[in-house]
Parts: sequence; structure tokens; C-alpha cells
Amino acid sequence: MTALEVLYYALGAVGLLVFLSMTVMALTWLERKTLARIQQRMGPMRVGPHGTLQPIADVLKLMSKEDITPSSADKRLFWLAPVAFFLPALLLWVTIPLSRDLVLRNMDMGLFYIVAISVLSVAGLALAGWSSANKYALLGGLRAVGALISYEIPFILAVLGVGMLAQSLDLTQVVDGQQNFAYILIQPLGLFIFLAAGLAELGRTPFDIHHAESEVVGGPFVEYSGAHWAVFMLAEYVNTFTIAALTVLLFLGGWRWPAMPLDGVGHTILSLAWFLAKTYLVILVIFWIRGTFPRLRIDQLMSFSWKVLVPLSFANILFTGIVLYYDLGRWVLTILSLLSLAAAFYLVFNKYGNLKKRNTVRVYSVRELGLKPAAKPPPPDAPSDGDPPPQGAPGHQPAS
Amino acid sequence: MMLNMGPQHPSTHGVFRLVLWLEGERIVRAEPHIGYLHRGSEKLCEREDYTQIITLFDRLDYVANLNCELAFCMAAEKLMALEVPERAWYIRTILCELNRIASHMLFYGVYGLDVGAMTPVLYGFRERERVILLFEAVTGARMMHNYIRVGGVKEDLPDDFGKRMTVLIDELKRGIDECDALLTNSELFLERTKGVGTIDGPTAVDYGVTGPMLRAAGVKEDVRISEPYGIYDRFDFGIPVGTHGDCWDRYYVRVEEMRQSLSIIEQAMSQMEAGPITAKVRRIARPPRGEAYLRTESPRGDFGVFLVSDGGDKPYRVKVRAPSFANLQSITHLLRDAYIADAVVILGSTDIILGEVDR
Repeated sequence: MTALEVLYYALGAVGLLVFLSMTVMALTWLERKTLARIQQRMGPMRVGPHGTLQPIADVLKLMSKEDITPSSADKRLFWLAPVAFFLPALLLWVTIPLSRDLVLRNMDMGLFYIVAISVLSVAGLALAGWSSANKYALLGGLRAVGALISYEIPFILAVLGVGMLAQSLDLTQVVDGQQNFAYILIQPLGLFIFLAAGLAELGRTPFDIHHAESEVVGGPFVEYSGAHWAVFMLAEYVNTFTIAALTVLLFLGGWRWPAMPLDGVGHTILSLAWFLAKTYLVILVIFWIRGTFPRLRIDQLMSFSWKVLVPLSFANILFTGIVLYYDLGRWVLTILSLLSLAAAFYLVFNKYGNLKKRNTVRVYSVRELGLKPAAKPPPPDAPSDGDPPPQGAPGHQPAS
Repeated sequence: MMLNMGPQHPSTHGVFRLVLWLEGERIVRAEPHIGYLHRGSEKLCEREDYTQIITLFDRLDYVANLNCELAFCMAAEKLMALEVPERAWYIRTILCELNRIASHMLFYGVYGLDVGAMTPVLYGFRERERVILLFEAVTGARMMHNYIRVGGVKEDLPDDFGKRMTVLIDELKRGIDECDALLTNSELFLERTKGVGTIDGPTAVDYGVTGPMLRAAGVKEDVRISEPYGIYDRFDFGIPVGTHGDCWDRYYVRVEEMRQSLSIIEQAMSQMEAGPITAKVRRIARPPRGEAYLRTESPRGDFGVFLVSDGGDKPYRVKVRAPSFANLQSITHLLRDAYIADAVVILGSTDIILGEVDR
């Protein structure tokens, strides 16, 4: 490596770090605002106009907080865990292109690299869970490992389906492969699997069992505070951004405009803007899901992966293979995809039957119970003289 | 693995402690510990006079204060054989049913959090806030009202009460429907609550479970209907009854109950007339020597007050039969073979208030 290359990579790494940190700050603000909108409240409003400077205030607060290490914690692992969680999140971005030219290092096996590196981050969660010397953290860490291992398979298979269509694992070529039709039109099933598995790997609602504030109280992060906790959060948001970016690259046509008006620098800037716009759209969907759904239980999470997503992703691969081998029209794949999606949705939604079947609560009216039919209201006039109105008040009976 | 859940755990609804023995994520044994909020309310009652005790009852079930006040006042009235004026009864009924809605709305929101949905809590609190603002207008306090008095109520309703109620009833109707639509039939919510923490009718009765929890188990029992007190025998309303006694049934029984409470309120509003709001009572009540036991239907179930008087201005003994306490007894039964995640959902579905459990 020449000195120039070293400089290039060093600058690139710093640039990436800055870009991702800014993105994360934007994401925290965006998430709070989106959730607030869903929940009929304002969200942060105090720091800066509409709370736009809130992320900076948050960072300052987290940095100035005392960094507590539990006395019974395994200190070295406890310090290592945030790094082990953050590094893979950062490493992924080495090969994720923001547009054709804006990429640190494009790889022929880019998708393979991404799949391989993304698994590593779970080590950080497991370490955090183990080293905290806290049972909730341990449970959370183990849940994270379990969920990640189960969802890695559909995740990889969904990526593989795209690789088959593009005939390449190079992300730039995958985007180029979507010149005519974005892969969402050809493989809607793949997109569904990818997003579901992606959410599970992120640990986001409805798959956020390893955070699960109401059960394991924040899971692996329960003992972390201050800057260390901030590193975890940073990594979580980077991962969210990664999954959204990958969704755009793999299924939504990446940075491709329908018709590209400019070339040169203008082209790069426009593609970047287009790519980011799509990515934020996906992120909004992820936030929307967070604001809407309850959380699954761990066994349901597992069975959803193994009984629904894994068979679906195998079907996806099979359909793609058949269509490619016999060189059928891509629309065949679209139809097959949609059909299997519909079948899966039907099976899932049919579990509890229609609305009538679900409602096991019946209202018995007073008359129906035959206990006491509604008595007449009291005589409207002369409430004070004569007999007292028919009052059910127990005041009538003398105390025994 | 032994897992200590609470008293600082965020979803034990207060200061309840649950010691769980786990096999992986499954619970093999559960041991509830209570008493972290014990303030000796019942003992304190013995050295306060009857008006002062009402404030202590406010703090038993602190999300359904008026229902607790009502129970105590009715017990004292029973001892004194007081005739409570019509209007006072209507005011009491309307406010208590509103409080039931507020309490169930709180349950709804918190239950959403328990199953991991973060939005319902804000919708639930929004509706509860409407009710509480009305309470503030009527009683002067958002929560600890001290409004129902032995023999009647503290003061008459504000002039714009009727107007506010018409708006409020409309808003609540819409709000309940909205909340219902937000959570009830969500696939994931069904997955988390259907068939979780089941209890059948006879077992529930054995445990002394009452209120929505008992009705969800399929037992058609409601003090307002089986032993109507006050003016409840005048209203045409229903009691929602579940079939499986699982978490979903317990949840939905409460949602339906809010609708029924609204219907009671509407009927009461149309029947209410002007008149005196309190019976003639001496400033310091001295019930005759004797004892009285009285049941009411609080949002959590059968709220009973046992009152012994020695003829003085302070009761000789006050005993509260708290529905939360009895409902909580069933937790070991409900938690059998559940997951940790279920423990939270099941505990949420019992809708306990620790202020009432520990007293």
C-alpha cells in the first residue's frame, strides 16, 4: 500500500465516522419526532427550533454522565463489549456505496462481506450481557444471540436471492441490475423476508426482545451508563441505518434515478440525495412499525423465523432458481412471490379467525342475566314527602 | 436460575416483588412478595374521625379514589342508617363510573407497555386526562379527591357540569373506540395474550378473585348486579363476561366495561334532578355501636369495608377487603409454566394497585 492509499483509507474512515455520527444524531431526533407524531405529542421542542439541537444536548449529557462499572462486573469484558458491538457496525460501511463513486472500497464479494461482518456484532451484546454480572443483562444477551442466529438464515437467504438475480454479490452491480425494474417488483417476498429478518437482527419492534424494557429492562445495556451506553446506542442506530440502506440498495433500486439528468459531480450529489431520501423512507417505516406493534415473545420469535421465514426464504431461492434456469419472464417470479406472501399472510392471520371468532368476551345485559330488571326511575315529583323513593341504599337496614 | 423481579422492576406496577425460578426462559416457580407499600392504613383509621378517614381511603386504590371513598362512606352510612339524598347518589354514581373508566384507561395504557407496544399508553392517558380534568373541576383535586362524604358529597356539581359531560361522553366514546382499534385485534397482541395465564371460573372463585378478572373467567358476577347498591338497580347496563379466562379476555372485559360505564353515566345524567346533596349529619359523625360490612364493585373487583364502631367519633376497627390483594393471590396459579415475558403480561392483566394490596 502506498502512502497515498493509507491516507485515503484513513481519511475515508474518519469521514465515515463523522457521516455516521451525524446520521445517528439525525436519526435519534427523527425517531423521537416520528414516534411523537404517532402518539399525538410534540416530542423534543426545547433545544433549538422543534428540538433540532436535542441530539447535541443528548450527547453532551451522556458524555458528562458518570460512567459506572458494577463492582462485580468482569471489567475488561465490560469495557470491551461496546467496542465489539460498534466496530462491526462501522466496518460494514466500508463497502456500502452511497452512490456509484461514494464508497470507501467496493468489493466483488460485498454482500458476502456484509453478511459475514454483521454477525459479529452479536458478540458485543453477548459480552455485555455476560460481563455485567446482572441476570437481566444475561437474559437479554442470550436472547440477542438466539434471535440473531435464528434470523441470520432467512437474512442470508434473502440476500442470496438478490445475488442470484443480479448474478453478482457486488453491491454496485446489484444496483445496476435494477436498471429496468427495482427488485421489489420482482422479489416482493425477498423484501419482506429481508426487512423482517433485518428488524430482528437490529432488535427493533416487534422483535426487540433483547431490549424489552418491560421484561429484561434494557437487556444487555442495563448496567451501562454515560459514554459506554452512548456507544451502544450509536451502534444500534448505525445498524438501523445500515439495514435501511441495504434495503434500498438490494430492493429499491439504490441511487438510480428513473432518468439521470446530470453526470459528473452533479450526478454523484443527485444520486446521494436520492439514495438518502429512499433510505430515510425505509427508516420511517421502521419507526412506524416501532410505534405500532407490540413485542413478540421469544418462543414466538423463534417459531416465526423457523416456521415462516426460513421456509419462505427457501421458496424464494427455489422460485428464483427456477425462473433463472428456465429463463422465464421475471413477472413469473413476481407472481410466485406474491402468491407465497399471500399464503403466508393468510396462514398467520387466520390463526385466530375473523373478528367475531377472536372476540371471546360477551356482554350480558341486566335483563339477560334475569337477576334484576332495570327498576323504574324515582317518581319525578314530591321527592321529600311520603314514602322514601325505592332506594337500594343499604342505609335502610338498621345496623346489626 | 433465580430471578428477582422487583420491587424496582419497571413493570411490576409499583413496588411488587416477584421471585422467579427459571428453567431457561420458563418459570418453574414463582413467589410473590408484598408489603413494600404497607402504611398501616387500617390501623391509622382507628385514630382518625370519620371525615378524616376518607382521605386515607383515597390512598388505597390510588387510581380509583372515588370508588374507595364511596365504599367507606357507605359503610358508615349503613351503621348510622342514613338516608342519602337522590342527587348525591347520582353524583356519586356518575363520578364513580367515570373513575372506573379512568382506571381502566390506565390499565389499557400500561398493558400496552407490558406487551411491548409503546403507543397505547399515550392514548390511554389522553382519555384518562379528560376524566381527571373533570374531576378537578368537580372535586378540586386530580386524584386525592376527598369528595364523597358520609351522608352525601362535599359540594354540588359546578354549573357547567352538564355541558362538560356531554362533550366528555362523546370524547370518551370516540376515545374508547380508538383505543380498541389500536390494540385489541393486533395479530401480535393476540399472540401475546390469547391463551396466556388462563384461569377457569371455579379456580378463580376458590382464589377469591373478583371483578373483571373473575368475569373474564366466565363467572357472571358483579356486585352492581348481584347485590345492587345505591341506585345501580335503576340502570340498564351489561356486564362483559369472557370465556377462556386468559389475558386477552381480562383485557377486553375491561375495554367493554368502559363502554358499559359510559352507558350508566348517560342514563344517570338523564335521570338526575336538582335536590339536596347531603343528608342531615352531625359535623362529627358518631355512628351507634355496632358493625357493618359493605361490598362495592370497584374497578378491580369486590371492594369490601368492614367497620366496627364503639359509638365514638372514631371507628373501633376498619378492615378493607381489597380486590387487588385477592386477585394477586392467583398469580402463582397464573404463572405456572409461563415465560418471563408472560409474567409481565399476566401481572399486568391482574391490574393490581399496590396501594390497595399492601394498604
